[in-house]
Amino acid sequence: MHIVTFTRSTPDTAARLTVDADGSVSQGDAAMVVNPWDEYSLEECIAQAEDQGGTATVIAIGPEVHEEALRQALAMGVNAALRIDDPELATADSIGWATVAAAAIPRLDEVDLVIFGKEAVDVGSDQHQIQTARLLGWPFIGAVSRILELDAARGRLRVERSLEQGKQVLDCRLPAVISVLKDVNEPRYPSFMGIRRASRASIPLWTLAELAAELQKPLSRQLKLEEPPQRLAEAEMLSGTPAEQAGALIERLEKEQVL
Amino acid sequence: MDLELGEERLQAQRMVRDFVEREVGPHIAAWDREQRMDPALLPRMGELGILGICLPTRYGGQGYDYLTLGLVCEELERMDTSLRVIMSVHMGLNSLALLQWGNDEQKRRLLTPQALGEQIGAFCLTEPGAGSDVAAMRATARRDGDAYVLNGEKMWISLATRADNFLVVARHDPDAGATRGLSAFMVTRNMAGVSTGDIHGKLGIRAGSTGWIAMQDVAVPVENRLGEEGEGFKIAMSSLDNGRYTVASGATGLIRACLDASLRYARERRSFGHPIGQHQLVKQKLAHMQQWYDCSRLLWLQAGWLKNRGQRNTRETGMAKWYATDHSVKAALEAVQLHGAYGFSDEFPVERYLRNSKGATIYEGTSEIHQLMQADYALGLRQDRPLRCELPAWDEDFWLGDDVAP
Repeated sequence: MHIVTFTRSTPDTAARLTVDADGSVSQGDAAMVVNPWDEYSLEECIAQAEDQGGTATVIAIGPEVHEEALRQALAMGVNAALRIDDPELATADSIGWATVAAAAIPRLDEVDLVIFGKEAVDVGSDQHQIQTARLLGWPFIGAVSRILELDAARGRLRVERSLEQGKQVLDCRLPAVISVLKDVNEPRYPSFMGIRRASRASIPLWTLAELAAELQKPLSRQLKLEEPPQRLAEAEMLSGTPAEQAGALIERLEKEQVL
Repeated sequence: MDLELGEERLQAQRMVRDFVEREVGPHIAAWDREQRMDPALLPRMGELGILGICLPTRYGGQGYDYLTLGLVCEELERMDTSLRVIMSVHMGLNSLALLQWGNDEQKRRLLTPQALGEQIGAFCLTEPGAGSDVAAMRATARRDGDAYVLNGEKMWISLATRADNFLVVARHDPDAGATRGLSAFMVTRNMAGVSTGDIHGKLGIRAGSTGWIAMQDVAVPVENRLGEEGEGFKIAMSSLDNGRYTVASGATGLIRACLDASLRYARERRSFGHPIGQHQLVKQKLAHMQQWYDCSRLLWLQAGWLKNRGQRNTRETGMAKWYATDHSVKAALEAVQLHGAYGFSDEFPVERYLRNSKGATIYEGTSEIHQLMQADYALGLRQDRPLRCELPAWDEDFWLGDDVAP
């Protein structure tokens, strides 16, 4: 059983992001952390591999900053990490990213399952996950809240999805690509021993040439990035008894045509 | 002095921060209010390896160095002083004393379960009538064949009702000098004649366990004597070099907690049309807190660096402890003031920080004792003589090697 997951370093969600005049995003002195959604996919990847006596591999695509996330993943307990980077990737869109991911997976030892976190919190997107599955020709199941059965020998996967309407149980064949929600597990902390191993590990770097992957011209490009317009809000305190306050509130809401 | 902490230590610190923020933060105000210690805390800290952070892996520890111990203590006390107190007694005062003074059999039998967090250590020096004046202690240890019979009472003992192993200093020879007649023993909870209890009604550290231990004709086998007969005072004082180190780094974390809370509030709270952080007198408080944090941190880092090198650090550790604890009280007072009426209520954590800060200016050497010590060093009236057993320098090969200790 070989399970692969992807991760990336993203700014701490508590960071105060600003867009500078030249359109670049600044996060001040806030730390980079593992994409918070990936904590769940990493945990699931490690736990499932442990349960099955298999291997958990983590991949990051992009510049050196993502090594921090890879080391965190190693400290949590994944067995192997690798990073793929290339100057060409600087302008790649999600299809470019997926092209690289889909080129890397067949080069690993027989992968049974790819697990993603819900989305990348910095770009707020998950389309690269579905695109990766499509390029691999593997089924994709999103919003997984529990893996009910994972049987590599029989090539079978059964998952529970958490939907607005309730829970849904789906079967699919392996290999497959899934993305998991927060309900799926409680992520572990990196262990002290794991931190030591991870900080001393050498992480292999692959390039596009080694993958023999060719990127198409990006289908989308970013035109402009700007601060959202400031929303000026004013608070008004209503006075009087609770009944008077409620009356005044309804009056105001009707006047503003909210009611 | 090398101030580069490196990714390994910083990651370990981050792990502890994540743990306390996720598992302790949501409940700490309630435990503090109820004057109870979360029973899940010690097992969880053991499971995560925190209780063995700087002990060699061959004894079941995590193999990190003394600087990492300081970083862990900073993070723990940034959340609540009671968490750091665990490290002060279990690690600083007890486990490191075993590492420093214990023979190999004692390290395997007593230190290993403590490093693994399976057993908890405590330190018993203070008595109802003997605090700073250690030599006035009345607890006795009478030699009787292959055992010592211990009698007496120890007071203000952190983790008294939680610990398994108590490092007790008692008088084995009433005729020897005030300090030469003292010896150190490892008393275990399961020995007949040991009883313990908690003390309630403390000003602060109310989510922690502080209590007493009474010993009535407790037979302690000779193999549980730490060091030689008559080395009890030296063992106690050298243990304080380690305990005070954790107190200093912890108090530094408390200053950071005060600063963090104050910065948050100064950005959010508005008065006279501005966030209060734009008022000069509020800025002054923030600047002082930052100064106290930086100075405290540099002082404990210096002590930790000396420990890593195996150099004596009694003076430097004492200075770090005195400075950081006194300034954590100041920082907490300023944080409460900055929060105004909200600081006076438990809606914000700063009132807890203030209550928690005071204890550390009293225990492990009062601020007054530390001033006398520093003055005596400066005057040349005090010099540290080499000990028979020094705290071993952090040596990666030994700390991470897994061969059985010589």
